Amino acid sequence: MLKFFRGKKNLQLFGLLSPGALWILIFFNLPLLIVLFISFVERGRAGGIKLPPVYTLDNYIQFFNACASPFAGEACNPFLYLGIFGNSVRIGLIVTLWCILLGYPLAYFISKQKPIWRDALMVLVIIPFWTNFLVRTYALKSVLATEGLLNNFLINLRFINQPLDLMFNEFAVVLGLIYGYLPFAVLPMYASIEKFDHTLMEAAADLGAPPSRAFWRIMLPMTLPGVVAALVLVFVPVVGAFITPDIMGGGKVEMIGTLINRQFGVARNWPFGSAISFVLMLLVLIGVIAYFRSGGEESRRAV
Amino acid sequence: MASVFAVEMQDVLKQFITPEGGVLAAVNRVTMQIKDGEFFSLLGPSGCGKTTSLRMIAGFELPTDGKILIHGRDMSQVSAFQRPVNTVFQQYALFPHMTVEQNIAFGLEMKGVPRAERSRRVSEALEMVRLPGMEMRKPKQLSGGQQQRIALARALVNKPEVLLLDEPLGALDLKLRKEMQLELKTLQREVGITFIYVTHDQEEALTMSDRIAVMSKGLALQIGVPEEIYERPATKFVADFIGETNFLDGVVKGQNGSTVEIDLTGTGIIFVESSRKFTNGQQVSVAVRPEKLSLNSEIQGGNNLRGHIEEVIYIGTDTHYGVRFPGGQKARVREQNITLAQKSIAKTGDEVTMSFTRTSSRILTQ
Repeated sequence: MLKFFRGKKNLQLFGLLSPGALWILIFFNLPLLIVLFISFVERGRAGGIKLPPVYTLDNYIQFFNACASPFAGEACNPFLYLGIFGNSVRIGLIVTLWCILLGYPLAYFISKQKPIWRDALMVLVIIPFWTNFLVRTYALKSVLATEGLLNNFLINLRFINQPLDLMFNEFAVVLGLIYGYLPFAVLPMYASIEKFDHTLMEAAADLGAPPSRAFWRIMLPMTLPGVVAALVLVFVPVVGAFITPDIMGGGKVEMIGTLINRQFGVARNWPFGSAISFVLMLLVLIGVIAYFRSGGEESRRAV
Repeated sequence: MASVFAVEMQDVLKQFITPEGGVLAAVNRVTMQIKDGEFFSLLGPSGCGKTTSLRMIAGFELPTDGKILIHGRDMSQVSAFQRPVNTVFQQYALFPHMTVEQNIAFGLEMKGVPRAERSRRVSEALEMVRLPGMEMRKPKQLSGGQQQRIALARALVNKPEVLLLDEPLGALDLKLRKEMQLELKTLQREVGITFIYVTHDQEEALTMSDRIAVMSKGLALQIGVPEEIYERPATKFVADFIGETNFLDGVVKGQNGSTVEIDLTGTGIIFVESSRKFTNGQQVSVAVRPEKLSLNSEIQGGNNLRGHIEEVIYIGTDTHYGVRFPGGQKARVREQNITLAQKSIAKTGDEVTMSFTRTSSRILTQ
């Protein structure tokens, strides 16, 4: 250990790394350990945990079998929480797919513009980040609401007689999530597409490939690292999202994020909330690792 | 049909909008016919329209006006991927995520050639470019020269009617380039496919081509066999671009049959044989190659001009002499160093006579 610090380079490295490392240790790893600890103890009467702590696996068991809960009624559904988890994954996949389907052509279009326009358009993509996420979500709500902009517009033009039910359903949640996470998809894909050498598409055409085949065989494989990065950057936060499903879903769309939020809030069941958090984290981690294992070297470098 | 050409450009115009909003004719009403089985070069400096012409034949660009025919078939409605041509790109444009085999097989795969035949033809193509057994390599693992051959194999394996080459040797070092020039020429004779070769290297064009089109500013200035382009350039630009040329400016004094008398203002009077008619007082340039000039060996019935040596440059095979004439004009003379103990014919400051025959120069008016 002392020998390590004798090298000037090593000392310098240590000095540069330690503030960040300490920050992560104290404000990220430590709280995570506390949450892990809480997930293995019994809940307190009025929230928090029972003191002195009583160790138990019930919180985890409860997640996989909702009927194991002491509050479960006669007609309990053992897969209640697994269902919510599955629902989150499903919504996450839908949102990710749409973000990529919308983001890829957009990134391609921007990359084809003249340099000045390219920068301007990228700024337009990034601008929403400068507005508070909550404000943006409420803004979208005001557009979709029963008395909102869109409904009023359509009614005034007499396209419809009755306002459409655009809010407080899965459609609204998915729309809100796409709206919120599209830039996360555009940025990495743009980075990949911009680097792509378009002469290769000419070479493919020259060898007899119609545009669609040239895209699938040449352009998509070569820009895949950007697509994979977009997939991870959108899917992971969307699966755990809770603000958007809360506001846009109005409590009708349950996702894992809203469930956790409720455990720490109204349900005052910290241990169960912690257990769900850890299950979510583990499953996402396994998913991401599995993806990179199959995606190979290049996709790993992209993130 | 004997009159059908491999490629025909009919009055082809290609205009681009410049960033300043103006219109630029990259190719300005060019007409040329390229014969079947010919090694045809488009030669010119960068921006002369040679690459744009090639790209229009490949189908990557559409002409603003005019027609391009391949074996008599109008290409205006035919997309790049449907044309019976293949291209060797300047930077090769090999697909980096595919192996050499997948790269070469790509064109065959698009045509729906069965897998077994594909791999047979790929190994044949690799034999042809003398890189057998390279199937499983990735382009990144190959040297520049090897990538070049793979690009060539990828195009030729499709047996195109015409092969388009866009400065394919530009990225190689000089020695490899010379080797590849000969190899390409041999290969072209073997496969018998029409090659259209874009280059800015005049020596390369002279070495390899059956015919050359010299281009400048969107125009095809002269189309002909290498000897014609070199010995009988049509314009000052062609004479200057192909090899080295001295231009002696003067005024036509008179013409007696095919002999034209020219006064090289202050330098002397010369006589040049020409089949064309000139008017007295016409401003002309007489183009004469340095190797066609000699020093201090007067030619009876030729042109002998007095001047003095301004510089002497020894370059091994030859010695170059810069000669300045009383009227201020200059010429460069190339003397071959034939014997071992070659003494300089003249040294700086010497008075010399520079001579050339009446048939070794050419009168140019533009």
